[in-house]
Amino acid sequence: MANIRIPTPLRKLTNGKEEVSAMGATIGALIASIETQYPGIKERICDDTGQVRRFVNIFVNDEDIRFLKNLDTPVKDSDEISIVPAIAGGR
Amino acid sequence: MTTASVPSAKPSPSTVTALRCRECGREVPKMPVHVCEYCFGPLEIAYDYAAVARLLTRAVIESRAPNMWRYAELLPLDGPPVVGMQTGMTPLVRADRLARRLGVREVWVKNDAVSHPTLSFKDRVVSVALSKAVEFGIQTVACASTGNLANATAAQAAAAGLPAVILIPFDLEPAKVLATSIYGARVVGVKGTYDDVNRLCSEIAGKYGWGFVNVNLRPFYAEGSKSFGYEIVEQLGWRCPAHIVVPMAGGSLVTKIGKAFGELDKLGLIASGSGRKTKIHGAQAAGCAPIVDMVLENRDQLKPVRKPTSIAKSLAIGNPADGFYARQTIIGSGGFAAKPDDDEIVAAMRLLAETEGIFTETAGGVTLGATIKLIESGKIGKDDGPIVVSITGNGMKTQDPLVGKLPVPALIGPSLADFDKLQATISK
Repeated sequence: MANIRIPTPLRKLTNGKEEVSAMGATIGALIASIETQYPGIKERICDDTGQVRRFVNIFVNDEDIRFLKNLDTPVKDSDEISIVPAIAGGR
Repeated sequence: MTTASVPSAKPSPSTVTALRCRECGREVPKMPVHVCEYCFGPLEIAYDYAAVARLLTRAVIESRAPNMWRYAELLPLDGPPVVGMQTGMTPLVRADRLARRLGVREVWVKNDAVSHPTLSFKDRVVSVALSKAVEFGIQTVACASTGNLANATAAQAAAAGLPAVILIPFDLEPAKVLATSIYGARVVGVKGTYDDVNRLCSEIAGKYGWGFVNVNLRPFYAEGSKSFGYEIVEQLGWRCPAHIVVPMAGGSLVTKIGKAFGELDKLGLIASGSGRKTKIHGAQAAGCAPIVDMVLENRDQLKPVRKPTSIAKSLAIGNPADGFYARQTIIGSGGFAAKPDDDEIVAAMRLLAETEGIFTETAGGVTLGATIKLIESGKIGKDDGPIVVSITGNGMKTQDPLVGKLPVPALIGPSLADFDKLQATISK
């Protein structure tokens, strides 16, 4: 089971949980697994075409999945997954 | 510029109606949130423009103190500002010597290198964010930053009497840490890159309820940038420039300048249609140019830059959240983009200093360096109307990139004979 950190805007769907556990060999499979536990969450993370929404970042152990294999990025049980809304800078 | 300390009047009731998602259009009440709960799109301020139009005329604006609050109805506060009352209305400098060197007719430099109080345009956005934080009753303000934003947040929080927490990458130069610590802010070093720090901040904001100026206060914060655009138009005699070149990090400023011109047009404060005629050009350093590359390669997907390498650290955001909209603003205006390399950045910093007596930070070198490239490639015509170069920060803050790049002083003994000898070598 991998742990996934849930951002504030999605916690209404996870009964307030900041972190949830799910099974899956890839990020895509994990999202499908979370969806079965917390229906409605997938459409918030992915758009109509099934791709991760433009303003959503997903990190596997601090690595942005855009630098890995997007939804096909493999995950292990020990991995830490974070879903983080995009934020703008100002340095 | 010395300005009166009386804040401009803020209309009652507020001209701000709600927050609206830029992606899906859903509205939420005014509160410290920055993303749409439904689709994660960025939330923007929704104004009652009919009310703004009734309240805000050129005569009203011109009657007010010369600071950013003269456009108060177009800024997202419900009451008068509590910090940054003196911020804004920086000089717009007619730069004829620079124009001659660039081979163009008319160049203006909007000079936020002399912004009050911390010498960068971040004073504008932080003034709005902290004033809004006070309206929300937020007790602690914070930001992720490596420089200008940290300075502005720490300084203005001190002036507002708010405790501030500034999160920085752990390997930041001591001089920059010092320039923030001086204001009494609590500074926390994070073992990671700027993008890592930014990500951590969004998680802290959710957990601690602090007001992060560029995270949960961002919809309000970002609106402060519009004042940079309003001022340019007013200072040009209520006309928009033909071109404006804007530095990009997160990509927010470029979109807000486009918005500012559009609003002035919509409100009838400038000739109808003229607010959509300015070509808006974006500038990033070659070592970190994810938005410029979207424009040059004509794609709307942003590819984050993993390891920015430029000397223009204040622009080095590898994953700019407003990249998509920044590109949209640029393309929609008929503008273009350019990315000077480090040598071109330094050369541009020197050119601005030597022609106009303005010492800008590396980001300003990026902006002028990009302007030069856009002129060379014909994207900016030599005989076009006003070309505005957006200078957003001060060179005194980050002198390291210039070390070894400028002539070293000649060394002589304290005698006239020594000086005569030196002069003789120069006249040869």
